[in-house]
Amino acid sequence: MEGDTLLAVRDLTVALPIGGRLVPIVESVSFTLGAREILGIVGESGSGKSVTSLAIMGLIDVPGARVSGSVRFRGRELVGLAPRTYRALRGREIAMIFQDPMTAFTPVYTVGWQIDEQIRAHQKISRKEARSRTVRLLGDMGVPDPEQVAGRYPHQLSGGLRQRAMIAMALSCNPALLIADEPTTALDVTVQAQILDLLRGLRRDYGSSVLLITHDMGVVAETCDRTLVLYSGLVAERGPTGALFARPGHPYTAALLDSIPPLHGPRPKRLPSISGSPPTPDERPAGCPFALRCTHVHEACAVRPPLVACGEQDVACVLPTEGRPLPPRFVPEFCA
Amino acid sequence: MTPLPVETSSPLIETHDLRMTYRVGRGRVLRALDGVSLAVQAGEVLGLVGESGCGKSTLGRCMLRLVRPSGGRVVFDGIDITAMPERRLRPLRQDMQMVFQDSYAALNPRRPVGDLVAEPLRVHSAPGGGRRNGVEIARRLVELMDLVGLPQAALARYPHEFSGGQRQRINIARALALSPRLVVADEPVAALDVSIQAQIVNLFMDLRDRMGLTYVFVAHDLAVVRQISTRVAVMYLGAIVELGEADAVLHHPAHPYTAALIAAVPEPVARTDGLPPPLRGDVPSPIAPPPGCRFHPRCPAMRDRCSVDPPVLRRLPDGREVACHYPVLGAEPDLMPGLPAFLATGPAAGRPRH
Repeated sequence: MEGDTLLAVRDLTVALPIGGRLVPIVESVSFTLGAREILGIVGESGSGKSVTSLAIMGLIDVPGARVSGSVRFRGRELVGLAPRTYRALRGREIAMIFQDPMTAFTPVYTVGWQIDEQIRAHQKISRKEARSRTVRLLGDMGVPDPEQVAGRYPHQLSGGLRQRAMIAMALSCNPALLIADEPTTALDVTVQAQILDLLRGLRRDYGSSVLLITHDMGVVAETCDRTLVLYSGLVAERGPTGALFARPGHPYTAALLDSIPPLHGPRPKRLPSISGSPPTPDERPAGCPFALRCTHVHEACAVRPPLVACGEQDVACVLPTEGRPLPPRFVPEFCA
Repeated sequence: MTPLPVETSSPLIETHDLRMTYRVGRGRVLRALDGVSLAVQAGEVLGLVGESGCGKSTLGRCMLRLVRPSGGRVVFDGIDITAMPERRLRPLRQDMQMVFQDSYAALNPRRPVGDLVAEPLRVHSAPGGGRRNGVEIARRLVELMDLVGLPQAALARYPHEFSGGQRQRINIARALALSPRLVVADEPVAALDVSIQAQIVNLFMDLRDRMGLTYVFVAHDLAVVRQISTRVAVMYLGAIVELGEADAVLHHPAHPYTAALIAAVPEPVARTDGLPPPLRGDVPSPIAPPPGCRFHPRCPAMRDRCSVDPPVLRRLPDGREVACHYPVLGAEPDLMPGLPAFLATGPAAGRPRH
């Protein structure tokens, strides 16, 4: 596995200056991403998933912010890289797509022009060659009539087409790593299904690895090979997606899955919910960050739990070390 | 959920051939609602689902007469309110309230919560006539905070001091201040994290049981809608394509669009098999909807007739209504030979669940 590792993140900590002191937004996040793998980073708002991806891209530009730990991409350390070197890497080897394609494109140029520009920024080819590659890319992304779409302005395209165009732009230089931050959140569910289908095909057609950042457990379950669950800036659980969803090892993962209403099968009388809300970074307790809302909380939770193996996953919880891993999933009382 | 009320009582709110059109320049007309007829019985929860631009929010707003429909009728509790002047509508507004998606935008940031929740109590007169006095309002505020699970101290604080879930509780408290009979909730949990979403969905269900409320619940999330609704209306491009009991519609969809919509929802379960092929294309513009059946360009079961002959909503033997020439009937899935297997018998067949 180590030989195939594209991205290795170790103890990544991002601290931002808030109220005159450095507050760690993301703490000691570690994971690896293999070649042609799709890794999902999932968490609720404020869990640090976007900050993690921005730190990998070297895009944390808040004055006074501190990024520590290690991000190795193809064996090369990215933390502390000079802005100039980083710039050459972004777009060519690591590309990113965002939730809102409208803000990623400038409204004053055609979509095709912008993709041509991106290709020509990194490679010395003629305008004509760039355009023919743009049209081919748009076609590959499932854009109907790509030649015509290349000549359109972003506002003339539907949300789904804009997102396809943005993925085409991100892939234009054949990056090894695509970071997709909530790429389908603004889309309707039938269009979301098309875009997820497209992302799953990228490793086959382009050999790309994908880091998919989302709040939607369903999107992760259907798209990612492995999953990283963040809670309040820390890794709660990570492991193969199938195992993690079938038998979550962290009480937070389990409670989160339980609180999602099922679409099939019997309907629960009440939804199991997690009381309260996640702590903000400056109120994060010294021990387990989930302890305040956890139904399994006990004295040992006052100490920050390290990630330990539990089944196929790694879990930041004391229960497995105490020899009493999480009981099977809660089964709610169903309606008749 | 308690069983459906008996259909013999007259509906609390009904629409007849409701139309809402907007002029969008150059002589073009956007048909946000194109002939919607439905009835909601007291005590029922009607879920309105569909993708963006399908008209579900417009329908909710027309029902409460927040906008005046361009055609058709809205009847609330037997009274035609379609063209009723605002002055006469006002007393009726006590009985129909709304909860919006953006809990922050719905609350004036410069006023304390107690003031915001008390506003409807000050604007509307008490049931016996006359204004409510300060003591009555204060007593009611205490009850309302209790009802939505907020501490009394919340009344003195400002909206920005609360989390999204708590702010939505404040909005609910304000909507319930006058003990309405009908609440239209437009995507009330869409902006919330899942762990918070479950709390608010439970609150809606508890309040319905305790206060005998009737909801029209507008949402794009099918699982949330199934959890809370007794009946579901699925909309596509300004029209209802399927309407029936929530379990019937969502477990055994008869309209190919309903089936495709359900199949497209990514589910948080361990995956054991491949995924169904996604629906082709985007939702067409409501300014120039396709001729015939609006769904035909994307329909996996499209036949010649569908592109010319617009289907009307008709009742199937099991009581649901469907606007499709070739609906999937529970016992006769082979009525739709063009459909892939996962659609022909509903999504459950192709995608086993744990």
